[in-house]
Amino acid sequence: MTLTINTLNFSYPDNHIALKNISLQIRRGEKVALVGPNGAGKSTLLLHLNGLLMGHGEIQVAGLPINKANLPLIRAKTGLVFQNPDDQLFSPTVFEDVAFGPLHMGLPEKEVRARVQQALAQVGMSHYVNRMSYHLSVGEKKRIAIATVLSMDPEILVLDEPSAGLDPRARRNLMTLLHDLPLTMLVSTHDMAMVREIFPRMIIMDRGQIIADGATTVLMNDTALLEAHGLERP
Amino acid sequence: MHFHYLDRYQHKHSAIHNLDPRLKMVVTLLFIISNLLLPDGAWGAFLLAWGGLLCISLMALLGITYTATRAMIVLPFALTAVTIIFTIPGQPIFSFNLSSYPLIATDNGLIRFGSIVIRSWLSMQMAILLTATTSFPDLTYALRSLYVPQTIIDIISFMYRYLFVLTDEATRLLRARESRMARHSTYRSGGSILWQARVAGHMVGQLFLRSYERADRVYGAMLARGYNSEQPPPALIPRSALRFQDWVSGALAVVILFLLQIIGRF
Repeated sequence: MTLTINTLNFSYPDNHIALKNISLQIRRGEKVALVGPNGAGKSTLLLHLNGLLMGHGEIQVAGLPINKANLPLIRAKTGLVFQNPDDQLFSPTVFEDVAFGPLHMGLPEKEVRARVQQALAQVGMSHYVNRMSYHLSVGEKKRIAIATVLSMDPEILVLDEPSAGLDPRARRNLMTLLHDLPLTMLVSTHDMAMVREIFPRMIIMDRGQIIADGATTVLMNDTALLEAHGLERP
Repeated sequence: MHFHYLDRYQHKHSAIHNLDPRLKMVVTLLFIISNLLLPDGAWGAFLLAWGGLLCISLMALLGITYTATRAMIVLPFALTAVTIIFTIPGQPIFSFNLSSYPLIATDNGLIRFGSIVIRSWLSMQMAILLTATTSFPDLTYALRSLYVPQTIIDIISFMYRYLFVLTDEATRLLRARESRMARHSTYRSGGSILWQARVAGHMVGQLFLRSYERADRVYGAMLARGYNSEQPPPALIPRSALRFQDWVSGALAVVILFLLQIIGRF
């Protein structure tokens, strides 16, 4: 199991319950979509996967339980990419951004350079290494943002709304990338067409709970279920 | 989320909350001016002023320590006056050498310094009391009624509005960084302090760039709705005139502050 979550509960300081009894397991190599209306708790759940938020319950990433002591190791195992790539890219050049994780891990320079090259090659952006992050298009920033966590060699890639705000071509490129990356993935999204194309398994969340978890081909045909939770069949 | 942490207004129903915001603003200013006018070392008057302030706090249902603790934020600024201890002539109290330069503390210097610290602390408490009992729209309304230039009110309003956006933005940046602050099982993690400082510097730069661009977009949105800086839209002032209790409270405050001035001079 790459990811195991056991009865996770979380409420915000104002007592608003954000996650209720979340349990799920993701096997190595699985690509899973997380769908549900705005405010369903998807992003809150994703923030738990590398310990940015800590609720009550048990989470294991690649067999390692998330707790205070393990956090630095967990952060390398969970590659969390935020929705807005501008939050992810805070360095002046693409190289420095992609190198941030490996540099923080204290890897020797030679390995850092190798990892940056490899990560950029994986997202097809090798020739962008010396560009300024700030001047890229949204689609390019998205790919670089993914590279910034690939360089940490994660066990699972966790993406928050990766296709939001992309033009059709950039979206298509991103989908090809997600399809080709040989990694375990958990991706929160509203893009139902992308879910149907790329993710064999989908999890529906609403009001902090998991409503359904199963094969995309089956759940996508349950129009009543989708509509009850603010979703649409593509 | 951050709204709860940042907004200083306390939703309560009290006589103080119900007073006209213009009156509260004026009394706050008078209180601060009165503090400034009190002579150095008028400890009795300072104490009385604080007592009055605590009475208002209690009437506003805020509790005794509410303003006192929050006003501590002013102390680092007041500390810049520390040189006064050594520069005002008077009876020497103690001395020491700063490298080879002798510094002599005088009694007058200490009294002046103590008075400055207390004045700033008291004034800050009153300002906190004002913002805790007056909602933000009421505050801007009061400023406008007192003929503060519209541009300055706009700047204050925008600052308040976008403070929340800015903290959210900073939080997301910090989260994104934290997510990648990982450890390798064999290497020492963390990087050098210089490198960390550089990254932090870049993040501040990013925040600035984004605020700058956001300001452009907001201004564009304002123009799109017909904003004209030469001729700002007429302010809507739907408020009523000052009521009886406002006049009484105002008069009472002026009398008390006047008495404080007299007490402080004996």
